[in-house]
Amino acid sequence: MPHPFLILFGKSIRAAAALRGGGSALPGLFVERIDPTFITTVLSQLPRGVVLISGTNGKTTTTKMVVSLLESQGLKVFTNRTGSNFTRGVAAALLSSINLKGELKADIAVLELDEAHAVKFAEVVKPTHSLFLNVMRDQLDRFGEIDATATMLSKVADATTDSIIVNREDPRLYKVAQGRSLPVHYFGLAPDLRAHFPSDDELRGGAAATAPNVPADVTLDAYQGNTASFMINGSPYTTTLAISGVYNVFNAAAALAVVSAVMKEDFDAKKSIEKLATVTPAFGRGEQLLIGGQPFEIILVKNPSGFRLALQSYPPEGVATMIAINDNYADGRDMSWLWDVDFGSLQAGGVSAVSGIRAHDMALRLQYDNITTAAIEPDLNRALRHFIADAPDTPKRLYCTYTAMLSLRKELSSITTVERIS
Amino acid sequence: MSQPIHILQLYPRDMNIYGDYGNVLTVMRRLEWYGYDPIVSEYNVGDDFPDDVDIIIGGGGQDSGQTVIQDDLIAIGPRLKTLAENGTPMLMVCGLYQLFGHSFETTSGAIIPGIGIFDATTKAGPQRLIGNIVTHSEQFGDIVGYENHSGETTLQSATPLATVIKGAGNNSTGTTEGAIAYNVIGTYLHGSLLPKNPQIADFLIETAVTKRYGSFTAEPLDDTLADTARQVAMERPR
Repeated sequence: MPHPFLILFGKSIRAAAALRGGGSALPGLFVERIDPTFITTVLSQLPRGVVLISGTNGKTTTTKMVVSLLESQGLKVFTNRTGSNFTRGVAAALLSSINLKGELKADIAVLELDEAHAVKFAEVVKPTHSLFLNVMRDQLDRFGEIDATATMLSKVADATTDSIIVNREDPRLYKVAQGRSLPVHYFGLAPDLRAHFPSDDELRGGAAATAPNVPADVTLDAYQGNTASFMINGSPYTTTLAISGVYNVFNAAAALAVVSAVMKEDFDAKKSIEKLATVTPAFGRGEQLLIGGQPFEIILVKNPSGFRLALQSYPPEGVATMIAINDNYADGRDMSWLWDVDFGSLQAGGVSAVSGIRAHDMALRLQYDNITTAAIEPDLNRALRHFIADAPDTPKRLYCTYTAMLSLRKELSSITTVERIS
Repeated sequence: MSQPIHILQLYPRDMNIYGDYGNVLTVMRRLEWYGYDPIVSEYNVGDDFPDDVDIIIGGGGQDSGQTVIQDDLIAIGPRLKTLAENGTPMLMVCGLYQLFGHSFETTSGAIIPGIGIFDATTKAGPQRLIGNIVTHSEQFGDIVGYENHSGETTLQSATPLATVIKGAGNNSTGTTEGAIAYNVIGTYLHGSLLPKNPQIADFLIETAVTKRYGSFTAEPLDDTLADTARQVAMERPR
C-alpha cells in the first residue's frame, strides 16, 4: 500500500491545485515521482480489473458510456473522467478516490488513454480488457505515422489479459486483432451505414476495403433522428438517445460490446440499453448550452476524420457556425489536416466567424471550398462575443480544437452555466 | 472557349498523408478562378498512365505506402522522366520527392530505388525532423510550411529549391531544402504547401498553361488571406 502520508500530501496538492483553478495532473506527477508503483498498487486491488479505452476519435464519450453502462450492471466504477488522458491524470484521479489506507472502493476501473500513453500505461498495469475504437491520422507530428499508431495499440493488446474489443470496420485495427490467442470481441456496422464511416484510407481517394466477414458481438444496424437500433449478441434492440451525431452512436456500439465482454454471462443487455438512452455527451463533444434562449453546441474537432464526421452529423441549415483553430501542442501543430476535410456542406450558409491562433489558415481553407467567412478574429473571446451578439435569434454551433475549446468554455461559463471540468 | 488543363494526382491511394490533397485543390481552384477548366484525375498502382497530362502532383506516404508503389513507380519512371524533360510542371512532396531521387535507404539498410529525376539520395535518419519551417528561394521568395520526415536527403548535383531560414530541410546537417530540376519541384514542406505559397502554385499553373496554350494571361488573384496566414505561420514556434 502507498504510505498514508504520501496519499494525504498528494490529496492536499490536488485540493490546492483545484483552488488555483486547474492543473489536474500536477498532484499525479508528484505522487508518480515519489512512489512509481502507486498506480499499479492501487489498481491491482480491483476485483474486475482495468478496462483501457484507446483510439483516435471518441475516447471521452465512449468512456463515459462504458462507465454508465457498467454501473447499470451493478458495478462500482472508477474512471479518469477529467479527460486528462495520460498516466499522470490517472494517478491524480486515483488520489482523489482512495481513502488514507490506499483503498479504492470500486469493482473495476475504466480508463481513457491516448495511444502513446496507453503503451506506457500497459507496461506498468496489465489491462483486463482493452477497447480499440479507431486509428485515424491525428497529431502525426506526435506519433509519426498511423501505422506506428496501430503498432502501439498492438503492444497494448499484447499486455491485455482477458480480451480485446475491436472495431471490425477499421482495417488497421482488424489487422491488430489477427492471430491472437486472446479472445477478440468485435463491434461493427450494418453494411449500409459503412459509407458514413470512411476509414483513414478511404478518406482521400483510397478504395473502400471490403469489411471482413467476421461476426460482431454488437452492431449498429440503423440510426435515424435520435433513434438507434443495435444487434446485441444476436438480439435486436431499439432505443432513443440523448447523444447526437452518428459517430457518437457508433461509439455506443463499442461501449455495449465492452460491457458484454466484461460481464460475460451476467450481461443484462436490456438494462444497458435503458441506461444508454440517458447518457449525455461528454463536455465539448456535442455538448449543448443555452445562450440568450438559443441552443449553443460545442463540437471538439481534432483530426480530419472527426471533423468530417461532425460536419456530416450536424446539418448546418438554420444554424450560425463558428470555427476556432489553435495550433498548440495539444491541438497538433501542423495545419495540413484542415486540407483533408471537405467543408462543402457549409457552402450554402457560409461561416459566421473563424478564430484562434490559426484563424487565417481556416479562412484560407474555406476560401478554397468557395465558402465566405463573415468575420476573421484570432482573439477567441472577442470572436465569441461578436458571434453571439451578431445573431441573437439563431441557434449556434462552434467547432473548435482542444485548447480553443478550453478557453472558449471558460469564457462561456461567464455567460451561462457550463459544467465544470475538474 | 473552354481551356482544359489536366491535373494528375500521383498515387493518391497510397501516398496521400498530411493534407497533400490541399495542393491538388489549390491548383484546381486557382485554375478555375483564372478562367481555365481543370480536370483532375488520379493515377494509382496498376492504372493506365494517361496521355494528356499538364500538371502532376504527388505527396507523402507512410513506409508501407512507399513499399506498395515502388515497383509501379519504376515501371512508369521513363514516362515521368520524358514528361519532366519536356517541361511538364510537377510538385512532389516528402515521400515522392525522395523517390524522385536515385534511391531511399531504409533503417534496415535496404535500398528502395527511385527514378532519378533529381540527382539526390535519401537515407532514413535516426530522428524525425518535425516542425514549422521557413525557407527562402530566389525564384519564389519565402516559403512556409511544416515538415515531418525521418529521411535525410543529400543533393548531389541537384539544385536546391530553397535555403532554410528556420527548421531542418533536406537533412539535419545542411541548409538546403527541396530540389528543382526542369520544372519539377521536390520538397519536404506540407501545410499544405500550395495554399500558403500561392507563388509556387502559380508557377505550376503558368508553366502548364503556357506549354499548352502558348501564353498565360490572367488577372492576379486576391491572395490577402494567404498572405496573412503566411505571416502567422512564420511567427509560430518550431
